[in-house]
Amino acid sequence: MTVTPQTSEIVVRVLVQEEAFDVGAETARLLADSDEVGGLGSFLGVVRGGGGLTALCLEHYPGMSEAALNDLAEQAVARFDLAGCTVIHRVGRLPVGAPIVLVLTSAAHRAAALDATRFLIDRLKTGAPFWKREEFSDGSSVWVESRAEDDAAAAGW
Amino acid sequence: MSVTVLYFAALRERLGKSSETASLHDATTVGEWIAAQGRVDPALADAFAGSGAIRVAVNKTLADLHAPLTDGDELALFPPMTGG
Repeated sequence: MTVTPQTSEIVVRVLVQEEAFDVGAETARLLADSDEVGGLGSFLGVVRGGGGLTALCLEHYPGMSEAALNDLAEQAVARFDLAGCTVIHRVGRLPVGAPIVLVLTSAAHRAAALDATRFLIDRLKTGAPFWKREEFSDGSSVWVESRAEDDAAAAGW
Repeated sequence: MSVTVLYFAALRERLGKSSETASLHDATTVGEWIAAQGRVDPALADAFAGSGAIRVAVNKTLADLHAPLTDGDELALFPPMTGG
């Protein structure tokens, strides 16, 4: 019986969508893509409530948002020696508690997966064309201002 | 000679439009175009004069005011990004 060596094909999966995503299915999909994976790193961003906030409306620049996320994902793969990575960003109106963004990375060892996860979420917050507007229970809404600490986190990589 | 201009988020709301086709105004860079367009569209000049920083992209790639701009380009203007 001939065993064909598994070529380590790096898989980058980027999606921008209104629909919810299935974290379990995405995890399984990433694990199925390589037999050289020793661990996954993950970050799940959700809509944080408080202060009367009821929902976030996420606007994006179609075409560029996917391209920017893909560029960041490819940077992460190259820089952290990943086996694969998945970035899914939702757009549209998302109520408190709803998942917004999923970053999954797979690598042979934990440091690469964890570092790459943080790199991706830090960079995508200020480097991909998405904008959040907060909606409140009194009917008001306000665009989220960029935060200096987010810029600093992105620049730290 | 024209460019397609897209506006997003708070800038889109402030200007009351999401896209337009505008003259290139013989500009060769993004900065030159913004200065020239601001003379025919005072609301745009006001937006740039305000305190909020504005980011630019040319043909869906982040750029700056020195980036070259040519006939048919897609120029996007928007506030700092707040994804994640």
